Amino acid sequence: MVKLEAKVPKGPLAEKWTNYKAHQNLVNPSNKRKLDIIVVGTGLAGASAAASFGELGFNVKVFCIHDSPRRAHSIAAQGGINAAKNYPNDGDSIYRLFYDTIKGGDYRARESNVYRLAEVSNNIIDQCVAQGVPFAREYGGLLDNRSFGGAQVSRTFYARGQTGQQLLLGAYSALSKEVGKGSVQLYTRRDLMDIVVVDGRARGVIMRDIISGKIEKYAAHAVVLATGGYGNVFFLSTNAMASNGSAIWKAYRKGAFFGNPSFTQIHPTCIPVHGDYQSKLTLMSESLRNDGRIWVPKSLEDAEKIRKGQLKPVQLPEEARDYYLERRYPAFGNLVPRDVASRAAKERCDAGHGVGSTGLAVYLDFADSIKRLGKHVIEARYGNLFQMYEKITDENPYETPMMIYPAVHYTMGGIWVDYELQTTIPGLFAAGEANFSDHGANRLGASALMQGLSDGYFVLPYTMQNYLADQIGVPRFKTDAPEFEQAEKETRERINKLLSINGSSTVDTYHRKLGFIMWDYVGMARNKEGLQKAIAMIQELRADFWKNVKVTGTSEQVNPELEKALRVADFLELGELMARDALIREESCGGHFREEYQTPEGEALRNDTEFNFVAAWEFTGENKEPALHKEPLVFEFIEVKQRNYK
Amino acid sequence: MDLTLRIWRQASADAKGKFVNYQVKGISEEASFLEMLDVLNESLVMKNEEPVAFDHDCREGICGACSLYINGRPHGPDKGITTCQMHMRNFKNGETIVIEPWRAKPFPVIKDLMVDRSAFDEIIQAGGFISVRTGGIPDANAIPIPKLNADLAMDAAACIGCGACVAACKNASAMLFVAAKVSQFALLPQGRLEASERVRNMVGKMDELGFGNCTNTYACEAECPKEISVTHIARMNREYLVAKVTAPKE
Repeated sequence: MVKLEAKVPKGPLAEKWTNYKAHQNLVNPSNKRKLDIIVVGTGLAGASAAASFGELGFNVKVFCIHDSPRRAHSIAAQGGINAAKNYPNDGDSIYRLFYDTIKGGDYRARESNVYRLAEVSNNIIDQCVAQGVPFAREYGGLLDNRSFGGAQVSRTFYARGQTGQQLLLGAYSALSKEVGKGSVQLYTRRDLMDIVVVDGRARGVIMRDIISGKIEKYAAHAVVLATGGYGNVFFLSTNAMASNGSAIWKAYRKGAFFGNPSFTQIHPTCIPVHGDYQSKLTLMSESLRNDGRIWVPKSLEDAEKIRKGQLKPVQLPEEARDYYLERRYPAFGNLVPRDVASRAAKERCDAGHGVGSTGLAVYLDFADSIKRLGKHVIEARYGNLFQMYEKITDENPYETPMMIYPAVHYTMGGIWVDYELQTTIPGLFAAGEANFSDHGANRLGASALMQGLSDGYFVLPYTMQNYLADQIGVPRFKTDAPEFEQAEKETRERINKLLSINGSSTVDTYHRKLGFIMWDYVGMARNKEGLQKAIAMIQELRADFWKNVKVTGTSEQVNPELEKALRVADFLELGELMARDALIREESCGGHFREEYQTPEGEALRNDTEFNFVAAWEFTGENKEPALHKEPLVFEFIEVKQRNYK
Repeated sequence: MDLTLRIWRQASADAKGKFVNYQVKGISEEASFLEMLDVLNESLVMKNEEPVAFDHDCREGICGACSLYINGRPHGPDKGITTCQMHMRNFKNGETIVIEPWRAKPFPVIKDLMVDRSAFDEIIQAGGFISVRTGGIPDANAIPIPKLNADLAMDAAACIGCGACVAACKNASAMLFVAAKVSQFALLPQGRLEASERVRNMVGKMDELGFGNCTNTYACEAECPKEISVTHIARMNREYLVAKVTAPKE
């Protein structure tokens, strides 16, 4: 029986991380050379961790699914990265960033981790500037900030609408520097097939070379998973096509607990769905809510006319519009946190006020800001986003309001980790979106980039040494241990099975069906009956998949259908765990909204006496019910309150 | 829309390739170009044929994975966007669309429309970075940078590493790609310290990998999905000249 031990250091909140670093074990330089670390994934967390390990002198092997580490999905983050620099002198501090993040996550995150995140946030900005990341600047040459949802200060650093790209290219340049020096070996176009555990410790990975189809074995003293989130379980999401949950799912099946799997972020500002063939959704940065006002027609008749194309939004006079976020949440207005904004949009559309041909859209209107600031200012702030919107929708957002609707964007849930970012398998670490750690039940905007880089640059380089310090006597591993053979054999069997079914439905057909189940029953609003139904439907769909899926080609070649099939097979299991997690959590918190538990005003109603815990799920065997473990959340330093953005 | 697709098929790096024609029917104008290819691939799978392999990922124009040469132009007919951002409303019903991979010697074909662009990573590994380690860094505002320089650096840094510049160039030159990185760092005080060494190493690696020379046709700028300006090439040439002239004797 694995014991859940968060290993939170003792002492006052603000001293925990300092104390940890002061007393942790270290590895001396000559021993570092003898130790191998595998990092899977080259997004913000993976690239920054691999580069930092290489600089310290460890032998690092880093794997990515793409042709280049620079293509990881962190690249697509638009709006910005938070830090508690307080450059604008508007009252920010480490404590306030910590507090906003805990509150934004609806009090379902671990205090100590979140405080550390806020604490190192400032180092991240320093690091990135030193790397040459071209953050936006003011005329005086100093760094500029903008505001984001869930905060009343401006603490978001940005590089036009491409902050994720610039931060990732910074981490990629640090990684490339180490690859050039030979301290890091880079393996591109590799798909993780399994994690190898020897004598209870993570000791290696099984990879598939996407080009040759060869199954490869790699050994190391420790393994880091920085493989991102699993939002693609919904089929349609803002995630990239290759983003998948398979690496963390393999970890789960090998004994790593899965934390809060149902905590999904539905982002309020995405371009609405428009047709059956659609392959993915596109996000419009939250930063747009700084200058855009969200509204729907006040009357049902106007909404109906707009949907039929008989009325244009610009023709609707001010008094006929309902700026529902400003009406419901005067203090935060259009800058309420994402979960609140998404639910409010759904509520208006469900009530018949939605616009667009499907009625599943609301307006994000820049007319006021353009009038106040001029078109050139709006263009300088959001030009690339406006262009992206126009290319997709064929409408000009400078002249007519944007249409937006919530879409799956991020998963707060992930592999359960302790304070050291170590999973319940010793030697296996999880970083970035792949772990569950810092965002509770809802992530604030511009905090994902912060967490990825915090984990990779400033947390793992310390905690990894604490783990490896007692591994210095362990000689370099070979991959001929029976555990490697077994994992390789199972991988081959799984691939052969998928290729031999030769059924009648494509992989995408199953993925799409799974997506509908997840969106309808495990999406923005959930209830007991629907979740039970979803579990049964997913089980049925999974059984059918293994009987009727059609995967063309062979395994010894480039085979995108096989790659997709392997991922969807895992999604079909992960989806069920998400529904189970949502079912047992009989409260509403953050992005997890159970219809049975809401205030009379329709806000999320938490239940702190019964559900003030992290749900950590343990795999118990094929088609067996997973076991639930609870990590109680102890709030020593802040008062737990009903969230209020009014 | 009903379309004829003339697509380059090549089983592997060593295999001989050829054009194959496919018909797709009932494609919506709202669909993206890659969604149109998804529809084709679904139909090929159902016929037990091998789907067309192509690189793609974010499908919002930022990861730089997609790389199709459409009707003789990298990323197709529309300006300032990648293949994945192009929508079918840019084409006419009944049209024949020719789809090829990037064609450049340093980007060998892997399969069908997929090419190997790891040469770009090698160029970055040769010097496309500022040599700072994690930690021990002074406050970010300790180095003020004129807004104009920061903005110009950002213009250059917008490069997504897709390789359209190489595919567009008759010499398969990587000058725009390399210049974007050299220029970004040359414009920033943090990058000045290693500027000479960087430009020499990156240009040296580019030449070694077999990319061609620049003959100032500006095709790269015309086809760059991020509209990166050739003025960055001019800046790189200046940096390179100075670096060569002032290089310490070996």
